Amino acid sequence: MNNTALELRALRKNFGKTEIIRGVDLAVREGERVALIGPNGAGKSTLFNLISGRIAPSSGEVLLNGRSTAGATSYEINRLGLARSFQISNLFPALSVFENLRVSLLWSLGHGYSCWKRMSRLRDANEQAEALLESLGLAARRDVRAAQLSYAEQRALEIGITIAGGAKVILLDEPTAGMSRSETAHFVELIRHVTKGKTLLTVEHDMGVVFGLADRIAVLVYGEIIAFDTPEAVRADARVQEAYLGAVPC
Amino acid sequence: MKRWIFFAALLIAAPFVFRSGLALSLLSQIGYIAIICLSYNLLFGQGGMLSFGHAVYVGTGAFAAAHVVNLASAAGWWLPLPLVPLVGGVAGGLVAFVLGFVTTRKAGTAFAMITLGIGELVGAMSNMLPGLFGGEGGISINRVYGGGWLGFNFGPQEQVYGLIAVYCFVCTALLYAFTGTPLGRLLNAVRDNPERVEFIGYSAQRVRWHAFTIAGFFAGIGGALATINFEIVTSGEAFSALRSGGYLLFTFLGGASLFAGPLIGAVLLVLATMLMSEWTQAWLLYLGLGFCLLVMYAPGGVAGLWMSNWPILRAGRLLRGYASLLLSGAALAIGVIGLVEIVYRWRLQLDYAPSVLLVVGLIALALMGGAAWTLAWRHFHPRWLEAQAALAGGAR
Repeated sequence: MNNTALELRALRKNFGKTEIIRGVDLAVREGERVALIGPNGAGKSTLFNLISGRIAPSSGEVLLNGRSTAGATSYEINRLGLARSFQISNLFPALSVFENLRVSLLWSLGHGYSCWKRMSRLRDANEQAEALLESLGLAARRDVRAAQLSYAEQRALEIGITIAGGAKVILLDEPTAGMSRSETAHFVELIRHVTKGKTLLTVEHDMGVVFGLADRIAVLVYGEIIAFDTPEAVRADARVQEAYLGAVPC
Repeated sequence: MKRWIFFAALLIAAPFVFRSGLALSLLSQIGYIAIICLSYNLLFGQGGMLSFGHAVYVGTGAFAAAHVVNLASAAGWWLPLPLVPLVGGVAGGLVAFVLGFVTTRKAGTAFAMITLGIGELVGAMSNMLPGLFGGEGGISINRVYGGGWLGFNFGPQEQVYGLIAVYCFVCTALLYAFTGTPLGRLLNAVRDNPERVEFIGYSAQRVRWHAFTIAGFFAGIGGALATINFEIVTSGEAFSALRSGGYLLFTFLGGASLFAGPLIGAVLLVLATMLMSEWTQAWLLYLGLGFCLLVMYAPGGVAGLWMSNWPILRAGRLLRGYASLLLSGAALAIGVIGLVEIVYRWRLQLDYAPSVLLVVGLIALALMGGAAWTLAWRHFHPRWLEAQAALAGGAR
């Protein structure tokens, strides 16, 4: 039996009177890949924002490796070993690709806010950034500014920044959004490769990706998890089919 | 390395090339203003923090230096003058540390507004505390105190220039080294995308705060050197919003996107405020026009202009295009400047009557120059873009 890496307990979030997340319970086991699916407006992005500390829940809590993250800021949660990517690439546009990765792993190597060390002498940071560059397939674009990358390259860098710090729990928000079919196939391989041995929670719309990548699938509809099971079981679930085919009686 | 030797040689050679008393005074001012503009650019160019209150930290350093020199000479402390700028730096850094905690909580427009408010606040407060800030007369010092240091008593301007030049070189080197540290790179990351920084384990606010403190330290050194240079500091000037605006303006003019840009900005600042104001009463108008032109056409400032055009010039391309732009631009400038000068003189000098022929001639020159420039630009610009792309492609 694996340990629980990420657990949501009765998580709720309202914006004014509108309830976006209406009591979500979810336990993701260590090393498991979970896909979070659901129709538009189901609250997937809000859920990610709650887990990563971007916004605070109205009630309930998030536990990371059994520790509550209540009251922690985004960077504190990141330091506890949770990293996330963004649906719209969220890079450091004026920095080179290499520098994007290098700054992203500084904290995990304990370099803190140092203003006396020299980056060029930080062997650990440089080597890890180079290795990451290689595994993302961006080695040829090392010194290009992030803003000048192609869309698919920016998506790859987005993942790179997310995993650079060595977080054990990775949240990916629609990593393959906007990619062509062939790019997507290649990208799923990349995600599989770079998140090996980590706990992964990913929002995804492409069902091919979902069924290819996930060990379990969680279905979020109107702020509630209506199903959380293996791909086969979820595919067969009547409520999920209803939600997706729009056969909900009014 | 070569660049640093060149920089050091420049600092050493300058007073031997420009030997007049005025030149030495200008060089001294350029030296410490360079430190101030570089420290400003740490916030602005490297951290994306548009501060309207940098004079607060420069002024703090200036007053700290004045007080410590007066105390040391009255009490006979051992405090050689070359250490006084460090006292100013520590004072500037401390005040920046305290005020920066509030200021750096926000970025962008809110940051700019808070710095503006704090700048005004400190300016107003300094008038209410004549004991600390010397009231309208300010605080005077005598930099020749104690027994001197290693045979220097820092009376002659040459020695003061030497002290400033050494500080200028060391501070420039330190600030350059800062850009290569983890905090320096994080500062760039915060400038680019403060939100994402929070998801790689860092607090954007703390990055800004630390950088703000460091900028305050170097600003304080610059302020202390100013006090040593002039032997007087007045709060009305030292804390004025005009000063803060000047650092912003000239850092931008010099070029905020390149490390060396503010050095050029410092030269421009001193030349504009000290020389241009002697030559013409319309200098602020020219300054404003120049600023507008650069903001619109060369947001990288003078350094940016240089970086984007020098490779093309060196490759010997578009020389005729540059020449025609230069000639038509000169005609336009002469026409406009001539007219502005005539208008100023006409308004301010009762017995002055400009000749109609001259006015008509200048108007014609300005119009023809403007038309020629527009034509030359239309011809030049697409070819310039091509040349840029070609050179960039060749470099890759």
